[in-house]
Amino acid sequence: MAERRYTKTHEWVIVDGKTVTVGITDFAQSQLGDVVFLELPSPGRKLAVRESFGVVESVKAASDLYSPVAGRVTAVNEKLTAKPELINSDPYGDGWIMKVELTGDLPADLLGEAEYKKVAEAGAS
Amino acid sequence: MVDFGGWELPQQYTSIRDEHLAVRKAAGLFDISHMGRLVVEGAGAESYLQGLLTNDLASLAPGHAIYTLMCKEDGGAIDDLVVYREAADRFLVVVNAANREKDTAWMRRHIPAGVSMNDHTEDMSLIAFQGPRAHALLPRGSSTTDDIAYFAFRPGKIAGVAALISRTGYTGEDGFELFIESGRVGEVWDAILSRGKAEGVLPAGLGARDATRLEAALRLYGNDMDETVNPYEAGLGWTVKLGKGDFIGRDALAKVKESGPRRNLIGLQTAPGDIPRHGAAVSNAGRRAGVVTSGTHSFFLGHPIALALMEGPSLRVGEKVTVEVRGREARAEVVKLPFYRGSARSAVAPAKS
Repeated sequence: MAERRYTKTHEWVIVDGKTVTVGITDFAQSQLGDVVFLELPSPGRKLAVRESFGVVESVKAASDLYSPVAGRVTAVNEKLTAKPELINSDPYGDGWIMKVELTGDLPADLLGEAEYKKVAEAGAS
Repeated sequence: MVDFGGWELPQQYTSIRDEHLAVRKAAGLFDISHMGRLVVEGAGAESYLQGLLTNDLASLAPGHAIYTLMCKEDGGAIDDLVVYREAADRFLVVVNAANREKDTAWMRRHIPAGVSMNDHTEDMSLIAFQGPRAHALLPRGSSTTDDIAYFAFRPGKIAGVAALISRTGYTGEDGFELFIESGRVGEVWDAILSRGKAEGVLPAGLGARDATRLEAALRLYGNDMDETVNPYEAGLGWTVKLGKGDFIGRDALAKVKESGPRRNLIGLQTAPGDIPRHGAAVSNAGRRAGVVTSGTHSFFLGHPIALALMEGPSLRVGEKVTVEVRGREARAEVVKLPFYRGSARSAVAPAKS
């Protein structure tokens, strides 16, 4: 399994060839609190890096989701429609959000585990 | 942890969803020690409070509590509070945390000779044990509570510790608010949780408190009303007793009652995912007509609910409006309040809105 990489906006990616799986981090879900709804992109949609591709609604607030990579959406996690709480219970597994087919290179500013940990700690309340 | 009127309070202990459902199905335990607790006493205490508050304390017997508003001369709400009559000349007044200083200053301005007011917020703690099973799940060493009526209270013991046991709450469920000496409240907290653990009792944070109070359509000062909103607009006209004699705001409120309120607080329901947030615009037939004052996703009902303050006469249940959600117009339907009627003995309390 390829290693997970992160953005400063608390998304994660796992890259497998040209396919990138995207979700939000454990830190992000803990800050959001109970997730009650996700607005997800339609498969086929083209995304630029840092483009807003959806919204996650928790009991506390609505937060935009930003694409960590440029590419085309090939799949979204349909399970989240009925069970948005998967984002809370398993953010790196069953709570994945979408799969994207890369159209260019991976952005150079994706963070490794240790670097992201520092970002999360700085943002913790 | 969030800052709430200068108090650090947990938004949740574990999960807002789990805590919310625990309150509805078993019971939840809330630390509400941030609420201000003032003791007003002395000969003339009753007439002093009668002159400040909209509700009528004259028929309030010792051992009973009443929900009331305190208004400015123009009828705007300074705060909503619960007044407990401990004795003929002694009242415990529970106010909102964020309004404690404002309320105290206002009350001091009007206090007559012979009446004293002391703040017991620090030395007396307040916890709320709320849910359909709260009564049955009190720990050993607790007084009999069967005969405490809704909105009545009495000194007794909980888990062997002296407590003022009040059958009141802010969730729509049966249960208690317990006033306990701050040095011993921790023992009671632990005893309640350990007794209830296997039965689904959970400690519950601000998130669950907000969700349960909203389902019960209990107003939150600062969200659903403030000094620019009068009791009739907030749907709390039942707390205004114009015939009881003079009180601050009476003349202004009598006029509002006569002409009908300019605005009305209503209940809205939206489709799952469309959570109306505080401040969102509400439109009727394409025209801006009001604003959401409180909104959340109701885990218990399975869809979002909201209170909205609407211009003009009250809308009828079933009418369709739209509410701004994430920058677009989401469909909403006017629904009856409360959104959910829990196990609280509401027949005894005026729950009409």
